[in-house]
Amino acid sequence: MKVKTDFKYVGTRPIRPDGLDKVTGRAMYGADLNLQGMVYGHIVRSPHAHAVIKSIDFSEAMKLPGVLATMSAADLPEPGDKKIPGGEVDFELKAFSPIVMARGKVFFHAQSVAAVAATTASIAAAAAKLVKVEYDVLPHVLDIHEAARDDAPLLHEDVFTQGVDPVPTRPSNVSAEIELKMGDLDAGFAAADLVIERTYSVPMCHQGYIEPHACVAQFDENGKVEIWCCTQGAFMVRTLTAAVTGIELGKIKVTPSEIGGGFGGKTTIYIEPVAAILAQKCGRPVKIVMSREDVFRASGPVSSSETRVKIGVTKDGKITAMDTDIIMDSGAFSSSPLFPAVMFGTACYRCDNIRSSGREVLTNKPKVYAYRAPGAPQPILAVECVINEIAQQLQMDPIEFRQLNAVNEGDLPLFGVPFQAIGLQEILREAKKHPNYQVALGENQGRGVACAFWINAGMQSSATINVSEDGRVNVLTGNPDIGGSRASMALLTAEVLGIPVDTIRPAVVDTDSIAYSDLTGGSRTTLATGGAVIKAAEALVAELRKRAAALWGINVEEVDWIDGSAVARSGTGLETLNEARANDGHAPATAAKSLTLAQLAAQAGVTGGPLCAVASHNAHNAAPSFALNMCDVEVDKETGKVEILRYTCIQDAGKPCIRPTWKARCKAVLCRVSAGR
Amino acid sequence: MQSVQYAAPTTLAQATQALQGASDAKILAGGTDLLVQMKLGIREPGLIVDIKRIPELTAFTLGEHGLHLGAALTSAILHDDAQVRARYPGFMEALGLIGSSQVQGRCSAGGNLCNASPAADSVPALIVNRAVCNILGPAGERSVAVEAFTTGPGKNCLGSGEILVSIDLPLPAPRSSDAYLRFIPRTEMDIAVAGAAVALTLDAAGVCTAARVAIGAVAPTALLVPAAAEALIGTALDDTALANAAAAASAAASPITDKRGTAEYRKKVVGVLVRRAALIAKARIEADS
Repeated sequence: MKVKTDFKYVGTRPIRPDGLDKVTGRAMYGADLNLQGMVYGHIVRSPHAHAVIKSIDFSEAMKLPGVLATMSAADLPEPGDKKIPGGEVDFELKAFSPIVMARGKVFFHAQSVAAVAATTASIAAAAAKLVKVEYDVLPHVLDIHEAARDDAPLLHEDVFTQGVDPVPTRPSNVSAEIELKMGDLDAGFAAADLVIERTYSVPMCHQGYIEPHACVAQFDENGKVEIWCCTQGAFMVRTLTAAVTGIELGKIKVTPSEIGGGFGGKTTIYIEPVAAILAQKCGRPVKIVMSREDVFRASGPVSSSETRVKIGVTKDGKITAMDTDIIMDSGAFSSSPLFPAVMFGTACYRCDNIRSSGREVLTNKPKVYAYRAPGAPQPILAVECVINEIAQQLQMDPIEFRQLNAVNEGDLPLFGVPFQAIGLQEILREAKKHPNYQVALGENQGRGVACAFWINAGMQSSATINVSEDGRVNVLTGNPDIGGSRASMALLTAEVLGIPVDTIRPAVVDTDSIAYSDLTGGSRTTLATGGAVIKAAEALVAELRKRAAALWGINVEEVDWIDGSAVARSGTGLETLNEARANDGHAPATAAKSLTLAQLAAQAGVTGGPLCAVASHNAHNAAPSFALNMCDVEVDKETGKVEILRYTCIQDAGKPCIRPTWKARCKAVLCRVSAGR
Repeated sequence: MQSVQYAAPTTLAQATQALQGASDAKILAGGTDLLVQMKLGIREPGLIVDIKRIPELTAFTLGEHGLHLGAALTSAILHDDAQVRARYPGFMEALGLIGSSQVQGRCSAGGNLCNASPAADSVPALIVNRAVCNILGPAGERSVAVEAFTTGPGKNCLGSGEILVSIDLPLPAPRSSDAYLRFIPRTEMDIAVAGAAVALTLDAAGVCTAARVAIGAVAPTALLVPAAAEALIGTALDDTALANAAAAASAAASPITDKRGTAEYRKKVVGVLVRRAALIAKARIEADS
């Protein structure tokens, strides 16, 4: 495959189209929308980690002046065994509906139990305190090992361990088990001169996005619902809200606001169906804003995990066997990234004999959600620590040890798809010669090295490009811009159309205004949504050539598209104009007829109507990415305080659309590393 | 539905009058604690008395008797004064550690004291500087030593209708200085796991003639630790003296175990901080002379 490497716009540093609004405070985030007649919802949350809900009494709350409506799970359809279509895998409605409103039982502290709507936020908060909920408190379990025991408090009567043959007859808090294998593990360990086995645990943490979840919902007389919210996926909100509320999907329109971070945590719904039902009941638009405390207590954190890693090596440093076993805490419902964890923990290293197993355990904690490369960091941390220990014991440089064992093009990882062109060896080479790796360490200082891997996703996206009468271009997509994607979409459009990037206005639009797009996550937006944008731009170029050909009365094959203009090849004596351009670096001779995008746009009315293009894309070409991080730290031996002295991040980033954004993202990762320590 | 009344008196007399009329009143200075507590539902006052418009509460003077500090004067304004920074470097570094730049523009030493957090950064530094709190109430004026002002977590000695008006820090003797250190796992914007303030006076030979040591976040209130000071007085701050002072501070600490640290860790680290703060104060004196 020929790879395009010379770009005019991609890789440049445009002014971010969303930048000015964000720095001036004009940008509209989730909580910023106010509608005429809007009222406020407040959620009643469980004070218990595990309890049966005996009754909910709204009578006192309803007496408070200003209270307009109440709701609970009784206002939502029974989930039963209904499935929510989720692309490749369907989701169980019964794992989503209770997060919106607990039904019969609460499974974690601060789970939503009821809600009220009132004319002011403070009346709603006061009314929520007057809702009387009677509970039968049950014993709870928070620890993964305790939860996995047969005598542990059982969360769900209808959860049977998946992935076990034969299917168990007793329900269990162990919701899934997986094992993947390659080669002969025993033979691999038998061939090893050194075997190291260690267990590492990673605590639960929260994605910690700066913007709490917020939404406004409005119902009209025809039963159409409009929802404005901060989310990583407007279509996801539409799908899940329809499933949870029973409102017809086609009657729901979701408009994503600007988003103040998500990091995987805004890939689900919490408050949107509540606002929708309250709005339906009181006939007024309803706003719900979660507090920071609500976010921490009740929205999906990241799986805590424990990983046992056993690695065997020969004395000359070749890995002969890798055995990993991970236990992941999923909170109260199955949602952990167990499968990626089991697949990707060993992905950086070539080894013929690998076994990777894992279990997902349910505990009385909030249901977990994705967080940056979901499932990968937990096992990779454990594997990398063991790799470092092995290198140390073999008295080998940790980067050289990795160079000996790193995967190359053609190697088959545990997840079964051979690697194509990958850059791990190049990363290691750069790391080895990086100045930061040569710095001599002082007293109480140490240096750590770790590799990382993420698969990257493709999936479905769509894009629409509209050309206005003056030749300016709107690029519409359905993916909330969480890291600069609007600028990327503008650059990709500029590249294909050959027009300045500042004549392109990118926008993220509502679910009625664009075809379906999967949510922003899994590092898929630039690839898949960008792919849709490129397709749409290419379709637009084809249309523009047709229009020019019609105006000139020649065949479309005689028209090229060069630097934002249609150019007639006929009469130039050239086979292709691109050849001529390659020769002197410019668009061809003035003798050739040409029409700019703006000229074509101005005449669109007489050449076939408005200029626009729509494309959909299902990307299957996601390439995995690798990284190496090295960090020098100094330890204060008296207080134990660790200070980061140097941090170096080397990534196989492919071709960054926007160079400064890519750099900023590297820095953001480092901020999280240092904040999380 | 609870409603909140708001009063913004411009004289102390008006303020004390407003406070006397209400049983559930709270005084608002910068609001960096009170407003957060109200948002979290921890406090639900019926009346808020904003004291920032009372001129003497936001003024300060530095003279021959020392620093006279209006209780609601913001940390940022005080920080702009080079002479105050030079006279009380430890107190000023403690006050400057509270919150962010934005918080510094609102918060005050008086507020930090009245909020009575055991981890309040400026309180140990006020204690080693022999600060005195001037209080006005229905029964008139009274003064208390700063170490007696806070009485427990979130509790202070103010009676009904009383206001902390000002804080007086005597002028340090010649060849004196102070220092404050706290331990946080991050680099900034955090609450102390343990804190220590030390004020020293050295003679021309470098022998410590006076010392005060106070520790924070390791007991229900910030503590003055006379035993740690005695370990330093009469010494040249040699390793043994510093180790003794550290041990005395650790012994005086009665911390709790919470999310910020274990009791055992806090007891150990507060001693380390005392030793290091003493060395900083000593270095400051030496640099000045």
